[in-house]
Amino acid sequence: MVVRMRDPFATLAAVQRAMDDAMGGDWFGTRTAGGGAYPPVNVFNEGEDFVVVAELPGVRKEDLDVQVRGDTLRIKGKKTLAHEPDASVHRRERAAGEFDRTLTLPAQLDAAKVAAEYKDGVLTVRLPRAESERPRSVTING
Amino acid sequence: MAEQQVALQEKKELKPAEERTEAGRFFSPYTDIHETAAAVIVTMEMPGVDKSAIDIRLDKGVLTVKGTVDAGKYAAWRPIYSEYNIGNFVRTFTVSTKIDSAAISASVADGVLTVTLPKAAEAVAKRITVN
Repeated sequence: MVVRMRDPFATLAAVQRAMDDAMGGDWFGTRTAGGGAYPPVNVFNEGEDFVVVAELPGVRKEDLDVQVRGDTLRIKGKKTLAHEPDASVHRRERAAGEFDRTLTLPAQLDAAKVAAEYKDGVLTVRLPRAESERPRSVTING
Repeated sequence: MAEQQVALQEKKELKPAEERTEAGRFFSPYTDIHETAAAVIVTMEMPGVDKSAIDIRLDKGVLTVKGTVDAGKYAAWRPIYSEYNIGNFVRTFTVSTKIDSAAISASVADGVLTVTLPKAAEAVAKRITVN
């Protein structure tokens, strides 16, 4: 668990460490399906629910399509580079093209309550578990 | 024919020559540099950086751009699967062309910073007509 601290640099360092620990895990295993590995994603737990975050710099909101069905999240769209047509190129590092990625989460999702936010090139999708997937306390009869 | 797929680019972590006093990791933003007749245009990918958190300096021909990410929203979440890390962005370029530093402009859209460095009057190429 990441602990909230007052110093923003300490917060960042703590988040980086926590993400490092989650790096290269086999949580998804072979279950990410569909057309390539772009965009890279981070998956978080927020209580019982999931949060998927992806960096998509240069993708316009209207070129982004997010779909949820059952236990899958699909992120598709296209990334274009808007450069002056008559400019000469000194350095070209940025990549462009189409992308389509499907993630299978380990629980059914409540599609009606999914909320997506796109700000500063970062897509944040909050995926609540379906009501049927929520744990229920069992009364123990004795 | 279908358009090409976006190639997956791993975020490049910065390996600075000197050590930094600030904690946390820095990344080098992917950058395109174009030159038109009037200006040098630098576009940098800085996802997660608010426009108020971008610092652009041009000092003695060295352009330094720094973008700070806000990790606050992540603090309450527990990472369970991670494919990239987050961090601040820093990159420095030596600008070869004389720049009119008073007229530098910058804009941010969808996590991409565009810095327009207009050439100083003496650096703009003049077309000479042969009589």
